[in-house]
Amino acid sequence: MRRIRSLRRRLPGDDPVPIMEVCGTHSHVLGKTGLRELLGDAVEYRSGPGCPVCVTDPTDLDMLVRFALQEKVLVAAYGDLLRVPGTEGSLLEQKARGARVSLVYSALDVLELARQNEKQQVVFAATGFETTAPGTALLILEAKAAGLKNLSVLSLHKLMPPALRQLLSAGRGRIEGLILPGHVSAVTGRRAFDFLASELGCRAVVAGFEPLDVLHATALLLEMAAAGRCAVANAYRRVVSEEGNTAAKEAMAEVFAPEAALWRGLGEIEDSGLGIKPGYAAFDARRRFGLEPGRAPGGGRETCRCGEVLRGAIRPPECPLFGTKCTPAHPQGVCMVSTEGACASYF
Amino acid sequence: MELVQLGHGDGGALTRELITRVFEPHLGNPMLGRQEDAALFSLPGGKVALTTDSFVVKPLFFPGGDIGKLAVCGTANDLAVMGARPLYLTAGFIIEEGLPLEELEQVALSMARAAAAAGVKIVAADTKVAERGAVDRLFINTSGIGQREAEISLGAEMVRPGDSVIVSGPVGNHGMVILASRMGINPGNGLLSDCACLWPLICEIIEDFPIRFMRDATRGGLATVLKELAVAAGLDLVVEEEKIPLCREVRELAEMLGVDPLYLACEGRFIAVVPPEAASAVVERLHRFEEGRGAAIIGRLQEGSGRLLLRTSFGGTRVLDFLRGQHIPRIC
Repeated sequence: MRRIRSLRRRLPGDDPVPIMEVCGTHSHVLGKTGLRELLGDAVEYRSGPGCPVCVTDPTDLDMLVRFALQEKVLVAAYGDLLRVPGTEGSLLEQKARGARVSLVYSALDVLELARQNEKQQVVFAATGFETTAPGTALLILEAKAAGLKNLSVLSLHKLMPPALRQLLSAGRGRIEGLILPGHVSAVTGRRAFDFLASELGCRAVVAGFEPLDVLHATALLLEMAAAGRCAVANAYRRVVSEEGNTAAKEAMAEVFAPEAALWRGLGEIEDSGLGIKPGYAAFDARRRFGLEPGRAPGGGRETCRCGEVLRGAIRPPECPLFGTKCTPAHPQGVCMVSTEGACASYF
Repeated sequence: MELVQLGHGDGGALTRELITRVFEPHLGNPMLGRQEDAALFSLPGGKVALTTDSFVVKPLFFPGGDIGKLAVCGTANDLAVMGARPLYLTAGFIIEEGLPLEELEQVALSMARAAAAAGVKIVAADTKVAERGAVDRLFINTSGIGQREAEISLGAEMVRPGDSVIVSGPVGNHGMVILASRMGINPGNGLLSDCACLWPLICEIIEDFPIRFMRDATRGGLATVLKELAVAAGLDLVVEEEKIPLCREVRELAEMLGVDPLYLACEGRFIAVVPPEAASAVVERLHRFEEGRGAAIIGRLQEGSGRLLLRTSFGGTRVLDFLRGQHIPRIC
């Protein structure tokens, strides 16, 4: 921490240096250890779009919530998705109204769930970035091999590099550097993020999840800034390689193809989602049940300025929805959903 | 395998059979044996404590305990932390049709063991059988009466700035055991629920030390109980993260599942507030007991506005609030 402060002093200005931690787990570590506050004089950590359930668009959730209320349907989801609100409440609230929702810890748990509930259509609401997508790919491959007829997947998976590209190419704002998600990078490989430096001129460090990893990554970013260097470094070599996890990438490529996806508060981003390929159409809940995302009433998405908040172009209160239409109980944008989000902590 | 039928709850011959076969052998005592409409007893003078609690734990049986042990300890502990010796309990059983009699008998047996450990008698009981699907296997309600023997004053209003906060042992074991069982994870290495009767520990410290406040850390875990105390006392409570006793298994599983162990339920732990000069003597006394072996001073109260502040091992400060909603593992 002393080193971070002394590196900070080598940079111009007096304000804390804005750094974006992209990943939700890094946000969690910063909050849990109190580092965010402890280093507040030197660094301003800004939570990025990296909480995989927070970025799920309310319209996708509404679709899921309505679907879960149908007869003979069992929705399986990762725990933290259950609490994320759509415009018509969260899955947890719908559960109290009779929706059948089952919490799973791993994608492969869904196989067992489908076998135990033969008379139900089991739909897995698959969320997460590159970290959880390979698990979903495996689930679909296994379900196909086992010939399961009552299992399908609603892919809400998102890809990190396209989102960062979109976010940063609209102007970098005040962000001095990025702390990149270690788990996502373990799958994609460090090289997948090279474009940040080479095309967008943004320095970044791949970091692990121990508090020391985050401190180390912060120091590296400040060091690069002080030296005027711009690169994508890897500070999580014990897990992240240059190329990533080839087996996981192959499984994903077999089952999924990139498609446009809706991000809460950020809107539609080209090639940032994972659609299920036609060869596995039988396991695609969208096709099987003709699921269409609903439209958010009031067009909240058009006015939410999450993207600018994330880039540091505006402060949360400058968004017209902040504190009125957008509150922690009724979040319009990703920055308000997670307790570590920029808007939620400002609230 | 014999199963509980609806007829076991109709008050007729089958009900009698259930009582004589399952409950009487384990829970029987002269007062219960009279099978009258109410238990009749007299109490010596002094303050009487009365409490009630219902138990709907799933699964019914878990490493370190079951719903029966929980139902006795839970109610007896609520009396104990009020400084009252637990004396008599009532037990109401709501049983789902189809529950194996053998399981009911196991529950009765562990209630008997827990009652003996707490020094209470079950003096009135009731059974009802509900149709399949109307109850999840077995629900138990227990009410309890206890009595304060010593002239003591306990309560949040007694707490002063500077007072020390003690926890009686490692926290979160019960909550983690239940969470792991529900998720089909084997917690391994003999991680057991902390479910236990606290009166033997409490009666040991209550007369010898100036205890100002006690509460058992059940649902909502340690953090919620501490927050309740801070709010009720109108003081800030500062807790040192490193001082909080946690089993390695609980720490690691919590990390893996993305839950905060400070919010996991305990069923055999309490917090006590004492003047700072008495704190280490209280902890030493608690260490003499198996259930109190992990007791530690974890923080202190200071002037403030009801905040719960956690000093992290990095020297940072986290503001903790009440538990919100259920425990839900994070994927991110």
